[in-house]
Amino acid sequence: MTSTIFIVLRRMRAPLIVIVAIYAISVLGLTLIPGIDADGRPTPALSFFDAFYFVSYTATTIGFGEIPVAFSYGQRMWVVFCIYLTVVGWTYAIVTVLNLMREEAFQQARSMRSFARRVRRMVDPFFLVAGYGETGQLLCRALDHLRIAFVVIDIEQERVDEIEVQDFARDVPALKADAANPEVLLMAGLRHPRCLGVIAITTNDSANLAVAMAVRLLNDRIPVLCGVQSEEVAANMASFGTDYIINPFEKFAEYLSLAVRSPGSYQLLEWLTGIPGSELKPQAEPPKGLWVVAGFGRFGSAVVKELDHCGMGLTIIDPEYQLVQSHLCLRGLGTDAVTLREAGIERAVGIVAASDDDVNNLSIAVTANELNPDLFVVLRRNRESNRILFEAFHADLEMVPAEILAHECLAVLTTPLLSRFLQMVKLQDDAWADALVERLKQCAGTLVPATWTVELDARAAPAIHWHLSRRELSLACLMRDPSNREQRLDCHPLLLVRMGGEILLPEPGTHIESRDRILFAGTPEATSKQALLLSNRNAADYVLTGREFSGAWIWEWIRRHRRQTE
Amino acid sequence: MNLEKVVFGFFIVLAATLNFGFFIGDIAVPDHHNEYELFAAVVVNLIATVLKFGDRTQIGAVQLATSLVADLQLIAAAMVWGLAVHVWPEGYTTRHVASVVSLSGGAVFANVVSVIILIVETVMLRR
Repeated sequence: MTSTIFIVLRRMRAPLIVIVAIYAISVLGLTLIPGIDADGRPTPALSFFDAFYFVSYTATTIGFGEIPVAFSYGQRMWVVFCIYLTVVGWTYAIVTVLNLMREEAFQQARSMRSFARRVRRMVDPFFLVAGYGETGQLLCRALDHLRIAFVVIDIEQERVDEIEVQDFARDVPALKADAANPEVLLMAGLRHPRCLGVIAITTNDSANLAVAMAVRLLNDRIPVLCGVQSEEVAANMASFGTDYIINPFEKFAEYLSLAVRSPGSYQLLEWLTGIPGSELKPQAEPPKGLWVVAGFGRFGSAVVKELDHCGMGLTIIDPEYQLVQSHLCLRGLGTDAVTLREAGIERAVGIVAASDDDVNNLSIAVTANELNPDLFVVLRRNRESNRILFEAFHADLEMVPAEILAHECLAVLTTPLLSRFLQMVKLQDDAWADALVERLKQCAGTLVPATWTVELDARAAPAIHWHLSRRELSLACLMRDPSNREQRLDCHPLLLVRMGGEILLPEPGTHIESRDRILFAGTPEATSKQALLLSNRNAADYVLTGREFSGAWIWEWIRRHRRQTE
Repeated sequence: MNLEKVVFGFFIVLAATLNFGFFIGDIAVPDHHNEYELFAAVVVNLIATVLKFGDRTQIGAVQLATSLVADLQLIAAAMVWGLAVHVWPEGYTTRHVASVVSLSGGAVFANVVSVIILIVETVMLRR
């Protein structure tokens, strides 16, 4: 039940008892001490009611002097005593209440209650985001941009406070708590019928693991998405069926090798996982040849593995000497010219500054660039606060773990078909990807295109589903503007998934069936227009038949009647 | 021995005994029912109520409820007494004495329930 009330009641026990006792003593005294009348004769003491009345206005320091008969000296002495006593009692009570309000445990209990209430009242489908670090902030901003609701848990109060300052379009319930605690997850809506999924992107791998486990056991129905940095934890997560495990280092290394092998595919990938509506950056193409990797940690080793896979020559520089088969390995930070020359920087085509220290990475890049100005520089940036420095340097490729994680999460969560499509992209050749990029540019211009999935079932697309059961339709029908059917919507089908098969880049003439799932890319306006077409019978009728229907039954009937008589 | 338990038990039993002391006697005879005893019963009942605050258990909740009932009855009795003595023109007649005493009789019942719960709880914990 409501724990704050219990805390207040428990804490107020002592002051309340003190007040009751003080009142009792004061009233009792006044009912015992005799008064005196104008002639000096003793009169009976005050009655209980008179005494209580007098003490009430005296104790609260109102000092309403209404009792008509003047007090005797005995009564006055007692009243002096009572006045001080009651002031002490009230002060004690008030100070206790104020202290309680300021106490952290109390505030925590209060914020928990209001958080739980706000989560319970969530009407729209929402994601549960555990961890509001750099990744969390990027992801939440993107979710907000896409008008998707979310709930945030973070272990640091400052980050939670930041949410209140952030200018989110929606009201975002946020709580300072440990996400590894299953009760906190339940309070944050793990079993809420509207919870779409859980995103565990705290900076602590074991906390992410705990969240993944809790979701698996407490609500198997929803997907869980985990950020992870160590391979062992990733293997552990995979062992109990975590839906999506994202390792930003491996992901980037994979992208880098894709960029080396097939720049077009890489460009396409970058496009489709970008934050919709942001400006597209032209991508430099990493050259083939000798690469120098400075820093052989988690990121460095992932890069080495992938580049090695592509058949690049490699030199590794690391402060701790490690022998990696068939590569030249040097001990050092790579920030000085001597080590870099030794590593063959003059012959190299590219350098990866992969250490976990931003300043060292910059230093490596600047020194290497001076020795060989044609180098392709890949820079790892760990902290958001160093963005300005990195922007000033203009690296060819910047690796920001937080951004990669956020982009991946977004792609997986908002359009599940996209990750399937991206897997297929990696298998295609460069020319195929270049052609697709050109076609996408025609519809979305220079902004990152939106990607969305259309499900042709009775719930998500009632209007089209109704027609599908009556006539044959082609994919082109879904790409016409519901305000003018001659106009094509600015969108492009990427993938069609049907029971037992998938069609990559389906042609507009492709026949569609009920329960197909289609991945589209295009402008945000196309998304909303298409949504109208899918759900509104009148819009669908117009697009498919070219006739305007009013929708009212009586007009339908008259029209049908007329057609029959003709 | 736990001092907190001693204080708790003391106030609950004292509330019941004082209440009973006021209640006993001929219902319509003012001399059998001393108003100081009623005052003491009200005060001790209030303290007993406050002592029961903040207990999350089922038994704690029932304890608090019985105490609140007793408070309500006793405060109603005190109000009738005050009105009869100071406000109503006919004064503190046998009719009013009877209603004050019967209200406190209701409080006695609530207090007895409270004491029974106290005993039950003690026996349960003893095992």
